[in-house]
Amino acid sequence: MKELIYLDNAATTRTAPEAVEAMLPYFTESYGNPSSIYSAGESAREAVSSARELIASTLGAKSNEIYFTGGGSEADNWALIATAEAYACKGKHIITSAIEHHAVLHTCQYLEKKGYEVTYIGVDENGIIKLEELEKAIRPDTILISVMFANNEIGTIQPIREIGALAKAHGVLFHTDAVQAYAHMPIRVDEMNISMLSASGHKFNGPKGIGFLYIRTGIRIRSFIHGGQQERGRRAGTENVTGIVGMARAAQLAFDRLEERERKEKELRDYLIRRISEEVPYCRLNGDREKRLSNNVNFSFRFIEGESLLIMLDMKGICASSGSACTSGSLDPSHVLLAIGLPHEIAHGSLRLTVSEENTLEEMEKTAESVKEIVEKLRSMSPLYEDFVREQGRGI
Amino acid sequence: MYTEKVMDHFQNPRNVGEIEDASGVGTVGNAKCGDIMRMYLDIDEDGVIRDCKFKTFGCGAAVATSSMATELVIGKTIQEAMQVTNKAVMEALDGLPPVKVHCSLLAEEAIHAALWDYAQKKGISIEGLEKPKSDIHEDEEQEEEY
Repeated sequence: MKELIYLDNAATTRTAPEAVEAMLPYFTESYGNPSSIYSAGESAREAVSSARELIASTLGAKSNEIYFTGGGSEADNWALIATAEAYACKGKHIITSAIEHHAVLHTCQYLEKKGYEVTYIGVDENGIIKLEELEKAIRPDTILISVMFANNEIGTIQPIREIGALAKAHGVLFHTDAVQAYAHMPIRVDEMNISMLSASGHKFNGPKGIGFLYIRTGIRIRSFIHGGQQERGRRAGTENVTGIVGMARAAQLAFDRLEERERKEKELRDYLIRRISEEVPYCRLNGDREKRLSNNVNFSFRFIEGESLLIMLDMKGICASSGSACTSGSLDPSHVLLAIGLPHEIAHGSLRLTVSEENTLEEMEKTAESVKEIVEKLRSMSPLYEDFVREQGRGI
Repeated sequence: MYTEKVMDHFQNPRNVGEIEDASGVGTVGNAKCGDIMRMYLDIDEDGVIRDCKFKTFGCGAAVATSSMATELVIGKTIQEAMQVTNKAVMEALDGLPPVKVHCSLLAEEAIHAALWDYAQKKGISIEGLEKPKSDIHEDEEQEEEY
């Protein structure tokens, strides 16, 4: 079989073998229900409790502020909907950004249908939220600001500390979707004035189907899943013990070597960015060059379309993703690429490569070569490129 | 997601390129939606399509349907080429995923647009052929809100 070059770590990551190993006993040995009275449930209860403590410590939070969920999307839905309901008496206005994940955007649209008002703050050409616009949008009836920590498509890291300070100064709750950032960079909820934070296990080498929502003590949000006393009555359902244990182990591994991992990823990322920028004409790096996730590379190539590029990369064993319409199942390309001001036809030709420390420089070399070759091939078939060359020839 | 035939025509597209002094050229689709097809026809004095070439900006299905469409019209008379419908292109490719059916429609329109151009140049009319509705620049001025 062809060797696989996996460059879609923003979509999901390989579960760490250590995480799998930590999970195994809770399938067949300590399988008791953590809520049970008998001692067979006790080790499961203890495992969940120490996982909670560990995760809380990575954020500088208290363990009773961590609520396990079925993943990042659930955490986002919960944070927004429950806050909206709990604080409706104060107001019905929510502020978010134009480049949020759909777990936040679609939840906002749902709330709009329920009579809430949502302001979508724009971003600059690098995808950084316009802070002045954000501050101006705050009103007496604003109950929540929700801005992602780092963007999943273009990797831009938002000024979270500044947003937290703004929210605090105006007495508004601040939720951040940290699905791409948690366990990839240091986050302190107190220093950053974060009221709620969503994270997902499988984005940092934990298992899928598990995540958590950090909820600061004192925030009055209610149960999202009804039917039991789990998670202090706020999220019913028997705990996903194996998932919780695996996610906590993965978080531990990540935080033990946070800087080293960041450094390794940046080396691979910067190599790819340099090779592609230098060797492929008519391309554009999307996202901020400095305030950027250590694993994210996102380019737009003029005159070509993203899905074709992905299929050809796949034929070479390279897994990547794109913001083109064809990969989103709609006619419009990615809302993030449009929000940073790319015209439709250029947004269609985008490519996201997200590395992990498990990748090698040789793989990056092969990827850069492949991208170069494929872009050239697709351009030779493109009527847009044909027109462009003809116009160049005329000296336009 | 794609059939073997689609993958084959995407990986080894037939008849990619341009025809100099083509008898007819047609361009359909628009960049905003992510698909543009351009077809070149070389038609002899007897009205037989001697050669057909294409260039396409678009997804795998867009490339494969263009490639298949060129194969289906080469050697045919104009009236026969008029029978190369999107359905015929799809069938020849052993089917397309539902979200990609519009690509085969675009391939049919591209052939018609090239035939229209030929008819205009020749000052003739082709039975059943209507002026192509797709204009690649028609959406350019539209501004999309967030």
